[in-house]
Amino acid sequence: MNSPPQASNEDRRTFLKKALALAIGSTLGAAPFGAGLAVLLSPLRRKTGRGQAVFVAALGAVPDDGTPRKFAVVATREDAWNRAEGIIGAVFLRRVGSAVQAFNVACPHAGCVVEYSASRSGFSCPCHNSRFGLDGAISDPRSPAARGLDALDVELRNDGQVWVKFRNFRSGSAEKVAM
Amino acid sequence: MKALLAWLDDRTGYRAMMRALFDDTMPGGASWHRIWGTTLVFAFVMQAITGLFLWLAYSPSAHTAWESVYFVQYRMTGGWLLRGMHHYTADVIVVLLALHLIQVIVTGAYRAPRELTFWIGLAMLSLSLSLALTGYLLPWDQRGYCATRVATSIMGITPLVGPQLQQIALGGTEYGHHTLTRFFALHAGLLPLAMVLLVALHLHQIRRHGRTPPTTKRHPDSPWWPDQGLKDAIACLAVLGAVLFLVFKPALTGGTPGAHLGAPADPTDPFASYAAARPEWYFLFLFQLLKYFPGSTEVWGALVLPGVALTLVSSMPWFDQWKWGHHFNLGVLGVLLVSVVTLAGLALAEDRHRPEYQAAVTAARAEAERVQVLAGLQGIPAAGATTLLHADPLTEGPKLFARHCASCHRYEGGDGLAPASGEVETASDLKGFASRQWLTGLVDPRTVASPAYMGGSAHRTGEMVRYVSTCVKTFTPEKRAQLQRIVAAISAEARLPHQSGPDTRDDALVQEGRRLLADGKLRCTECHQFHAKDDDTIAPDLTGYGSREWQVSFITNPGDPRFYGKQNDRMPRFGDEHILTAQAIGLIADWLRGDWLEPAAQTGREE
Repeated sequence: MNSPPQASNEDRRTFLKKALALAIGSTLGAAPFGAGLAVLLSPLRRKTGRGQAVFVAALGAVPDDGTPRKFAVVATREDAWNRAEGIIGAVFLRRVGSAVQAFNVACPHAGCVVEYSASRSGFSCPCHNSRFGLDGAISDPRSPAARGLDALDVELRNDGQVWVKFRNFRSGSAEKVAM
Repeated sequence: MKALLAWLDDRTGYRAMMRALFDDTMPGGASWHRIWGTTLVFAFVMQAITGLFLWLAYSPSAHTAWESVYFVQYRMTGGWLLRGMHHYTADVIVVLLALHLIQVIVTGAYRAPRELTFWIGLAMLSLSLSLALTGYLLPWDQRGYCATRVATSIMGITPLVGPQLQQIALGGTEYGHHTLTRFFALHAGLLPLAMVLLVALHLHQIRRHGRTPPTTKRHPDSPWWPDQGLKDAIACLAVLGAVLFLVFKPALTGGTPGAHLGAPADPTDPFASYAAARPEWYFLFLFQLLKYFPGSTEVWGALVLPGVALTLVSSMPWFDQWKWGHHFNLGVLGVLLVSVVTLAGLALAEDRHRPEYQAAVTAARAEAERVQVLAGLQGIPAAGATTLLHADPLTEGPKLFARHCASCHRYEGGDGLAPASGEVETASDLKGFASRQWLTGLVDPRTVASPAYMGGSAHRTGEMVRYVSTCVKTFTPEKRAQLQRIVAAISAEARLPHQSGPDTRDDALVQEGRRLLADGKLRCTECHQFHAKDDDTIAPDLTGYGSREWQVSFITNPGDPRFYGKQNDRMPRFGDEHILTAQAIGLIADWLRGDWLEPAAQTGREE
């Protein structure tokens, strides 16, 4: 279609016309596409919570024999236009001496919710059989998960309140990357 | 690369297709007369692209439609531009279609062998209007909702099948979730699919019969590329420019660019106003036409006349076969154009001279702005954005006041929403109730018996008026200063948000006023009680006077011994008689107190 410009004026004029028409044509397409892509990609700019500490449970509710127990995390939940108090996730809490350890319940492999099994004395994922010890580390080398359960920062406040800095992490990678 | 393209061509024949497109013969050479079709194709492609991207963010249900459009408009990068383009391209398409139709009729391009092309074009015109109509509802704002309600009601008067048709379109007898899912499926699925088919047929017909030759051939024929191609491209660029101009136009006058988004529709609100509801400008002629058909003759204006017009236009290829046929067709076109323009002009003129409409539009704009502010401050609850407005004192307060209080009370001389007409014997004007300014007027001998305070009620002859107009009148300057301090003290009881600055600043003054009140020097406590239980009072309690709790209790039962007791003059016990809910009373109190959410930049304002 685009023959290189020749010596003749006629050819040069035709070439300019073609170039101009194509330039305008691409502008015409770029306008709606540009606006559309900006909207399409705007979720990339959205941030999840900054991991502020949230009250999760009274210390008394965590078994003192070291057995993990699951608790819901309730905080302000934003879902696009909606904002309300709601459950934003869940954690396993477990006593270790006088301290409390917290794990995000999401399996670091593909995000299924792991379960605690007393008989196996550890966590297992019902989706792809990843297994984790009580300390959250991978306990079975055949586990598809690339890292152990994601530990969360815990604060004990006001004499017996467990506060957790709740965060979600990218699944599938060996590194723990906050979302 | 060359080999790959050759393979592709061998399997698809795309080169021949391209050649057919690029070498399409333009009889009489390239011409500006031939741009309309291409601009329309371009505009439809714009709608398809922007529409698909909007689809990614739209959620069709009565609790999420407005909310998702709000999110596109105000929270997603470039959302206002995308939505603005989609909205205004629809407007431009209507204009282009009208121009294209006029051109086809004037040049007689509908003649054999192109009748079918013409009819397909008319079908595309109807489809475009259907797309516009269905799209108007999707944001689920008050304007679109009300206009669609009218359109579907018209559908309902279709003879024989009307009610069923309407119920199918609505997905039931009420407007709600299924109305939106259906309209969305029509707008984004069925109608565009039909449009694509018709465009393909239309183009096929054009290919088959060739472009309509000009009446006088001045130039030799030429291929589409590049001369006509360039002309088409420039025309499309002009269309894009027009669309972008419309998108950015509001910004020229200091507004926000993009298409307007009204306040969310609430089909369950019995007090919703239709006063500002108007269809899009290109349906205004139909809107106006309906006004002229009284009673059961509506079907003539809504269906028969438009049907006759469409039949006449469709029959043009046949009329043309008569001797004066083309002139007849031109006459029909002229009559139609003049009617449409006149009717639309009448509709606009009528609205321009109707203060109720202007006021309703202003109110609707204010509500649209308010809900956007509230959604930004609070986020939107799961039940949808209408709950934000229903719980907002600034929005609901004046409406409730106008409905329940304004038969006796005034607010800044009006009924809360608009200036009141005519002088009436009224109870007090509650604008600024319990503020220092308001109380100062109450204890002023010149104003206490005016309609703004006690002049309109039985309290006109009561103790307060007597006290103010005899005792206060003869006060020494020293006593007057004491009264000022008492006013400041009582006003501080209200904890009015807009007076918080002066209340804290003048704390010493307020404290002194309290002491003076308690001492009884100015005899206030002979009738009122103030932070001390007193069973003999005959006038409202000054403890917490004007505070939210005080106002709510007062409105709930003004005849309570704490307030007027037996001295209560005709004011209903709004709460105790279940005239108003506790929430409504709270909204009135909050509004009178000027207590509502404001964006951070505006809070902390002082008097």
